[in-house]
This record gives sequence, structure tokens and C-alpha cells, in this order.
Amino acid sequence: MIKRGLLSAAALVLAVSPLTTFADTGSKLLATGGASTIEGAGGGGIVPWATLSSYADTGEWGATVNISEVAVDDFRLSVQGASLSWNNRVELSYAQQTFDLSTIGGELEQKVVGAKVRLFGNLVYGDWPQLSVGAQYKKNQKFSLPSAVGALDDSDTDWYVSAAKAWLDGPFHRTWVANLTARRTRANQIGLLGFGGDNEQNAKWVAEASVAAFLNRYWAVGVEFREKPDNLSFAKEDAWKDVFVAYFPSKTVSVVGAYTDLGSIAGLDDQSGWYLSLQAAF
Amino acid sequence: MRVLSIVFLLLLSPVVVGQSLYQQLGEKEGISSIVEEMLYRVGGDERIVHHYDGVDIVRVHKLITEQVCDVVGGPCDYSGDTMKVSHEGMGVTHADFNALVEHLIIAMEKHNIPVSAQNQLLAKLAPMYGDIAEK
Repeated sequence: MIKRGLLSAAALVLAVSPLTTFADTGSKLLATGGASTIEGAGGGGIVPWATLSSYADTGEWGATVNISEVAVDDFRLSVQGASLSWNNRVELSYAQQTFDLSTIGGELEQKVVGAKVRLFGNLVYGDWPQLSVGAQYKKNQKFSLPSAVGALDDSDTDWYVSAAKAWLDGPFHRTWVANLTARRTRANQIGLLGFGGDNEQNAKWVAEASVAAFLNRYWAVGVEFREKPDNLSFAKEDAWKDVFVAYFPSKTVSVVGAYTDLGSIAGLDDQSGWYLSLQAAF
Repeated sequence: MRVLSIVFLLLLSPVVVGQSLYQQLGEKEGISSIVEEMLYRVGGDERIVHHYDGVDIVRVHKLITEQVCDVVGGPCDYSGDTMKVSHEGMGVTHADFNALVEHLIIAMEKHNIPVSAQNQLLAKLAPMYGDIAEK
């Protein structure tokens, strides 16, 4: 059975390889692969974008690996992620999140498996925005604390639709990019505190947005906003915000630094601090 | 607040005031050498060079120079076919189009064209995507 699986995989690779190029960088323009979000999908830092990760354009494959660290007053989030994209059409992603409860003690963990498909449109060319739909299956791996504070489930799937558009010659003759995402979710603190709660059991639609201006093609500055549900009665949950600087020195490496405001988390108010993300693309 | 004002200054400072886009690109001579650099780079790009097989590259250089000069308001009249006619059946993909755009950007960078002028030219050429690339 295994042998047959390997053989058909090899046959598939042989059949497909003349048609596709595993381009070492890919043909999409610099920075149009975006950064890696804390949930693994391509996008900004906290908002998944309609853009697909890596520089894989027509007929090309691309991949990224990424690490992100968020350090706020009483918590620290560490993320290791990876993604695989094909044909500027499909993106698969994975992220492992560890949330260190520095002040309270202990840690929370979650895995996120994501898929995104570009439905139509094009970030750079044409009048319409690029439109993609995606799903993120999340599995909380340290559910005893979330359960104790009223979370209902240790796993769930977020669904989202994203629209992204670039203006090559925007205000100040700079290139601007905007992304709007509508997400259907019942995650508490993106799932680190489980899914659903005593206040609200069901999923709801939340809005997320990012705007960035490219000072030149290597440097961008921008802001992000992410609305979140408020399902647990033990502590209120706020929207997340950040102001970021992104650097794309080449198609193989990018760095994003941000100042972030995560509001109240688990009863501890005004959680703000720094975000740093590194991505390598192939 | 100080960070914001620095960002604002960075956004504004490279905008060259008082020069037309045509002048910022170095007029006809500058445009001609940018196009030359772009085509030279295309010649070494195995992704797209096949689109130029059997093509009179001197004529292509003349026409693209004329066209760029024309769209940025220079004293030229583009004498070639429409983009739709000249790219009919070539099978130009999104990746191919991006490859050419990338060579143009790098050519402009090599000629020290300000970012603001680069963006203005790219924004004038980008709408041609619909007529050049296959659906």
C-alpha cells in the first residue's frame, strides 16, 4: 500500500515536473507574497490577506518558513510556521503557537492548519481586487485552563474571505496596499483560550483590515486592525491593533517589526508590546 | 508622534517637484536607455526570452521607447499596433508579464529614477495587462 503510494507520488512528480518550475524565487513581484501571519497564512502580521504566500506565479511552486515573536506586558507568543503555494492559486499553511503566560504562570499551545484559494482578481493589475477564501482548522493542545474559564471546545475552524488591492501610484506617488478580511469564528483569543464560551456559543463574523504604504519597493509601513469575538464571561476580549514596518531586501527573506496593542487578555488590561517576524521564501 | 512625522517626511521627500514625468525619466534619451537595459535583461531571462524568438529586437526597442515616451506625455507618437494585436496568441502569462515589469523596475533603479516617477510610469503601463496577458 505504502509502496504504491510512493510510486504514484513519484509518477505524479515526473508527470508534473516538465509543466511546472520549482522557481528558486518565483515570478511574482517583490513583496507581493506578503509576510507570514501568526496563524501561518500569508498576509500582514495578524490579518490573513487575499494574497498567497511566497512568489509562486503561474505554473510555479513556492514555500515559506517563518518564525514570529510577540512580547506584551504579561504574555509572550511564539510561532513557528510554514506554507506551500502553487500557481498563485492555492496556499496551504501550518503554524504552531506557544503562548507563555509570563505573569499568571504556565503556557497554552495551539496548532493551526490553513488553506486559502484565490478565487479571482489580481493584487496589482486590473480594476478588481484580488479575492480569496480560506479556512483555518485550529486545535488547542492545552485545553485544561481554557476549559476551566468556560471555553466549550478545544478545536474549531475559522472561515474567511479576503479582498486585497494595490495602487501602484497612490497618495504621495507611493504604492499602497489595502486588505479587508471578514472572518467567521468562535475562537477565544484566536483559539489560545479555546472556542465558544458561556457568553456566546456560536460563531460570528468579525472584520479585519490592513493598510500599507511602500516607501520604495523594499520598505513598507502600515497599520492593522482585527476585531475578535467576546465569548467568555471571566474576562473581556478586545480588538487587536498594530503599526508595522516591513522590509523585503530580496525575494528570499523578509522581516516585519511592529508595535502592537492586544487590549485586555485573560483579565490583564492594556497588553501592548513588540512583534517581530522573519520569513524565508523558496 | 515623532515616528509618524519621520514616516511622513520619508513619504514626501523623494517626490521631485517641478519636473514632468517625461523629464524625470530622462526624456527620450533616458527612456531609450531604460528600455535598452530592460530588453538586455529580458534576453538573459529564460522564463520569457522565447516570446522574442524571431523578433526584430531593434524595432521592438524603437517601438517600446516611442510608446513609453508617448504615455508619459513626451513629444512622441507611438506608431506600432495596439497591445491586443501585437500580443495576440503569444500566450503571455501573469508570471511572464511580472517578469517584464521586474526588468523594467530594475532598469529604472539602475538609472536612478526616483521612486515616485517609477510608480507613475508603472501605473500608466499596468492597465495594458488586460490586453497583453492571456485570461
